[in-house]
Amino acid sequence: MAAVRAHRVLPGFGLSLGFTLAYMSLIVLVPLSAVFILTSTMSVQAFLDAVASPRVVASYRLTFGASLMAALINVVFGLLLAWALVRYRFPGKRLVDALVDLPFALPTAVAGISLTALYAKNGWLGQYLEPVGIKVAFTPLGVLVALVFIGLPFVVRTVQPVLEDLDTEIEEAAASLGADRWQTVRRVVLPTLLPALLTGFALAFARAVGEYGSVIFIAGNLPMISEITPLIIITKLEQYDYVGATAVASVMLVASFILLLIINGLQSWSDRRSARGL
Amino acid sequence: MATAAVGLRAGAARFEANTATRDPVWVKGLVLFLGLAFFSLFLLLPLIAVFVEAFRRGWGVYIAALVEPDAVSAIKLTLLTAAIAVPLNLVFGIAVAWAITKFDFRGKQMLITFIDLPFSVSPVVAGLIYVLVFGAQGWFGPWLGEHGIKVIFAVPGIVLATVFVTFPFVARELIPLMQAQGRDEEEAALVLGASGWQMFRKVTLPNIKWALLYGVILCNARAMGEFGAVSVVSGHIRGLTNTMPLHVEILYNEYQFAAAFAVASLLATLALVTLAIKTYVEWKAAPSTPPAEAP
Repeated sequence: MAAVRAHRVLPGFGLSLGFTLAYMSLIVLVPLSAVFILTSTMSVQAFLDAVASPRVVASYRLTFGASLMAALINVVFGLLLAWALVRYRFPGKRLVDALVDLPFALPTAVAGISLTALYAKNGWLGQYLEPVGIKVAFTPLGVLVALVFIGLPFVVRTVQPVLEDLDTEIEEAAASLGADRWQTVRRVVLPTLLPALLTGFALAFARAVGEYGSVIFIAGNLPMISEITPLIIITKLEQYDYVGATAVASVMLVASFILLLIINGLQSWSDRRSARGL
Repeated sequence: MATAAVGLRAGAARFEANTATRDPVWVKGLVLFLGLAFFSLFLLLPLIAVFVEAFRRGWGVYIAALVEPDAVSAIKLTLLTAAIAVPLNLVFGIAVAWAITKFDFRGKQMLITFIDLPFSVSPVVAGLIYVLVFGAQGWFGPWLGEHGIKVIFAVPGIVLATVFVTFPFVARELIPLMQAQGRDEEEAALVLGASGWQMFRKVTLPNIKWALLYGVILCNARAMGEFGAVSVVSGHIRGLTNTMPLHVEILYNEYQFAAAFAVASLLATLALVTLAIKTYVEWKAAPSTPPAEAP
């Protein structure tokens, strides 16, 4: 401990850490703990009634299922986009690169009404899709579309830097040892990208699970069919069922914490992997 | 979320010039076609749709939707909320980054994990927790009621929820950068006789200014655009507790589509300005960048 203390040449340790802990407790930790404290006062039966009723279970299935599919779609197309941005020259590349972050910057409500306008029955895309039997707006498919929109930058932005830092020598070695291009990509490049791809997948999935604004406009919000779990919480709140809303929120929070731990693990794996490659 | 210095640093030319890393033309064509088609369908088209729908019924309707009193008060409230939330999280970001990167202490890793918590919590849950603490049925509800202080369904609740969802932005841009910069420069400044404040202003601040600006603009974009968390605590009182995103929702649900998209187009413009500044900052923050190859 003495050795550690001797390092503190710089001023402001007490002030910065003290402020940090006080602010974080006040804004984040104490309010979040309210969810678990209130949940712990519920009886087991009341808790189960709130979190395991058929309507709520249907919402978990939609929320987690659509988030999983959206994250998978984003892994495929996010990798293609990251590959194009790093490896190829094409006109408009800087614009594409800048706009990839649009879902981070565009308010979710704006994305929600815009996607709905595109996919509604008389919308830009909906008018061509509905006649061939593809209904997107106000169905679970609409939820998927919104979650794909919201998750795309997570995959691109985790894969892109790793791809940029990838040493060309690895691929040169593979090529000189007789591997064709496809073998090189599949056996050499993709395994190096795997931690970044998994991190991007987990980030996109975690974001999608909690997403609200972009989804509710396009989902139609039919109970049992296109109702996401965050909306269940809102509905319960509007019916003054604070305890029920809190119980469902505690389930979502536990899911978030588990995802956060997984993401932290994946990120440190990814960092170690790319550090070793240098 | 993305780290600061993602750019097109090295340029694609070196990959395309090298036979070992060059993809066949048909592969390049296919990847570009699929990637860009996906990009256009999911990112570009929704962005264009906002502006086209906003102007569908002409400039008159567009302007009218923005100068209408409820819209003006929503714009004012959004600006006020960001003006409080962003500086608070800026100060927090600097404080936590200073503590984490300049000192060694136990529990540091846990602290870093806690910073990210608000990003992994659903915005709806973020709103709910303040209802549980400050709402009429909440922990401090009765006390606040007796003293005539309204937090939930009022401006303080909106600010609190916004502070929560934008909590990590500045901190997570600063921490990796300050970690990489180490402590030597600050220690040298102190040895040479600088006061703590001089050291911070003349050494630390110039070193972190681009990351700081980057964190602030992302924080601001989210603060002005937050919907879910604010929706829970706002109560949707027109002219009083409606922010711009909530105003968009109300107009949309009343089938006033042109007006909804008009207000939405302001928010979309804010997003585009944010992305433009972000691109500029990335370009400034990476001075070693060779000029990008001509397209």
